[in-house]
Amino acid sequence: MPAILDAQGLNKTFGAVTAAQGVSAAIERDSVVGLIGTNGAGKTTFINMITGYLKPDSGSIRYEGRDITPLPPRDISRLGICRSFQIPQLYSSLTVRENMLMALGILLHNAGLGGFLALGRPNVPGHDAPAEEVADRILERFGLSAYRDRNAQVLPGGMRKLLDIALTMAAKPRVLLLDEPTSGVSAEEKFGIMELIMHAVKAEGATVIFVEHDMEVVSRFAGRVIAFYDGRIIADGPPEAALRDPEVQRFVVGTLNA
Amino acid sequence: MSQIGPVLVDGVIYSAWLFIAAVGLTLVYGVMKILNVTHGSFYALGAYAGASLTGAWLAKGYPPMLSYAVLLGGALLAALVVAPAIERGLLRFMYAKDEVVILLVTYALFLILEDAIKLIWGVNPYFVAEPYALLGSFVVGGLKYPTYNLILVGLALALAAGLAWVLRGTRAGKLLSAVIHDPEMSRALGVNVDRFYLVTFTFGCFLAALGGSFTSPTVSVVPGLGVDVIVLSFAVVVIGGLGSLPGAALGAVIVGLVRSVSVHYLPQVELFVIYSVMALVLAIRPRGLFGLAEPRRI
Amino acid sequence: MKPDRTPQLLAAVFAAVVVGGLALPQWLLFILTIACAQGLVVLGLNLLIRAGLVSFGQALFYCIGAYTAGGLSRAFGISDLLLQMLAGTASAALAAFVLGFLLARYRGIFFGLLSLALSMIFYGLIVKSETLGSTDGFNLAKATLFGIRPGEAWVRYAVLVAAASATLAAAFLAWRFLKTPLGQLGPAIKDNEIRVEYMGASVRYAIHVNYVIAAALAGAGGALAATTVGHIDPEMAYWTTSGEFVFIAILSGTGSVLAPFLGALIFGAIHTVAFDLSPNTWQMSMGLALLAAIVFLPDGLWSLFARRKTA
Repeated sequence: MPAILDAQGLNKTFGAVTAAQGVSAAIERDSVVGLIGTNGAGKTTFINMITGYLKPDSGSIRYEGRDITPLPPRDISRLGICRSFQIPQLYSSLTVRENMLMALGILLHNAGLGGFLALGRPNVPGHDAPAEEVADRILERFGLSAYRDRNAQVLPGGMRKLLDIALTMAAKPRVLLLDEPTSGVSAEEKFGIMELIMHAVKAEGATVIFVEHDMEVVSRFAGRVIAFYDGRIIADGPPEAALRDPEVQRFVVGTLNA
Repeated sequence: MSQIGPVLVDGVIYSAWLFIAAVGLTLVYGVMKILNVTHGSFYALGAYAGASLTGAWLAKGYPPMLSYAVLLGGALLAALVVAPAIERGLLRFMYAKDEVVILLVTYALFLILEDAIKLIWGVNPYFVAEPYALLGSFVVGGLKYPTYNLILVGLALALAAGLAWVLRGTRAGKLLSAVIHDPEMSRALGVNVDRFYLVTFTFGCFLAALGGSFTSPTVSVVPGLGVDVIVLSFAVVVIGGLGSLPGAALGAVIVGLVRSVSVHYLPQVELFVIYSVMALVLAIRPRGLFGLAEPRRI
Repeated sequence: MKPDRTPQLLAAVFAAVVVGGLALPQWLLFILTIACAQGLVVLGLNLLIRAGLVSFGQALFYCIGAYTAGGLSRAFGISDLLLQMLAGTASAALAAFVLGFLLARYRGIFFGLLSLALSMIFYGLIVKSETLGSTDGFNLAKATLFGIRPGEAWVRYAVLVAAASATLAAAFLAWRFLKTPLGQLGPAIKDNEIRVEYMGASVRYAIHVNYVIAAALAGAGGALAATTVGHIDPEMAYWTTSGEFVFIAILSGTGSVLAPFLGALIFGAIHTVAFDLSPNTWQMSMGLALLAAIVFLPDGLWSLFARRKTA
């Protein structure tokens, strides 16, 4: 089965720090991959390179066979690879609903719809309804409807995370990169949030790559685990195998609070 | 067609004036990250205070040779009375706000001070030329130059040397560097950052007033004096790098020479060239030639 | 959510001006026309401010528009107001299209400084130009409309109606633009550029577009002001002119396309009255008003009318 995303030999150094050393991974379509590793091991660097925020010093990244290594985040996003952020990137001066409407508006803009001369309300690309309906639908799906008219800034941590992910998923990405989707969220909420996300993902059909520190979340939701340490991949396989790998035990699991 | 000599001499004199006029602006920006539009007001305040006090001094028959001290005193007075009031009374409540908002606040203050000056000193020109005329002139390469201009050059050099020594050689100067680099950390380490801000702002405004005061014997002091100075100072400081003192010197020299060359060879382009250099620096190296801060651009 | 009644409001104000103008004194007709001119500039400036970019150089485009009108009048004898405004709009938009490639990459204070520098370059050019009258500038012939030269008693009224018509059209088009996804990007860009880019939109493109529209509006305003006043001079490009536009913008707020015109009108009215009463405290009043606006009414006067939802 051809990989939807294929990273080969990625290298990246920042001065004395090696953020990536020969990182290679072929991600299969519709798979759910968990990235684990201590802070600074190279997980976020990996995501940043895939999304075009960083350019690798050497190596390549292919998306459905096409080389996307030199592209900026904007173009990569439009190709269908979208990411959420460790620190939720929201429009803090807008309400939750306005945030979603803004995201959907951008999708309309990208598709050249709803412009100056347009009449009526066009359907949002990838959805079958105009922005207002789609916004309400997505907020409903993510359990954010109660917060519709609240300012994004005053949302509790878990809701901010959810909104960030909801915004990312509004574009119906083919590849969804989640940077620590459950961080900053209480232990009880973690599983709930991941359930919600995975449910939404299954409905759309997308490949998911998520960074996670909580090993229980990883083993529960990931079909494949890639472990990073010191810029290298030290383990890559099904959760049961990867999490029991001695190097992973030593460099990743042992140092974390599960 | 002028020869190179007079072009250089004019350039040096104008650079000296620009440095004195602009260095306070870059100092205040470097420490407080504030682009202070009232800098132009203090230039004008210094000019008015210097001219009117010197005029009164001379009218009373006191020794004209001491009028230079009066000019200095006028600048000091103008700065000490107004600057702390502005900083403590208004600006310090704005520090948390966006750079552009603070700039707008200083612009509002500039407007207020423009009229305050008119209310205090009236709208008639002040022309107190004695300190200037007193020193006569000297001849270089067949052209006469007022000796007073040497004072300006001397003042600029003294200022540059003095500031360099304070920043590098004194404890206060080193603390200042710390505050410039990281006000939060400095505060956490016990440095009285608020006092630094007050002193820096007052000193920066004093330097502007000094520029105005020592220029007053050479011009007719009229309302609106600060309006041209502020935008020229912006140019000097941007070219050299916002917040950099050596940058202010370099910027002053560049603008001074560029202006001198245009005035002598192609006067129509004088202003055009100065602001083109400013735009060019912003386009190619926005942080300025010696600038430290990474500018906000994509 | 209250329905947006802006087009109706615009039409109502237009009607009021056209009908009411018949009864107003000449000096008030003049003020209203200048308010249209300045309002147009600020309408454009507001687009940039919404995106978080305060331009201290809109006077550049205002002046380009004015000198285009002046050039048409002096060199070609064209005194048709609407033609002048169209030409002013076009030349300013063209300049902004070119400059926008550079300027769209700047933010914060550097955007302000660069826009300032560009306007001062233009000032430097025209203030030393003998052919353009140096610091004095030059005069323009009285306005004509569609080939007709209105009689002395009707000129001001005719110009006001033409100005109001152009303003109505511009404000309506701006309102439409602000309803499109591109037009709505401003606050998103100001709030979180990263989010905007990661959703696939080009922030630079959006800013470039806003910059050109703002310039076009400023050019129209400048051409209108030129013919209304009958005189242009380099001061129109000076930084203090840009400062006035920023002042009106802060005072009005960005809440509506009508706000800039309200702000410009208040500015004009106060200027005339205050200046007559006490010419040496006019700027001080301006400064105090600006301070009050920044501290107490950060969303401008318009926020007093609009009832926005808060958190």
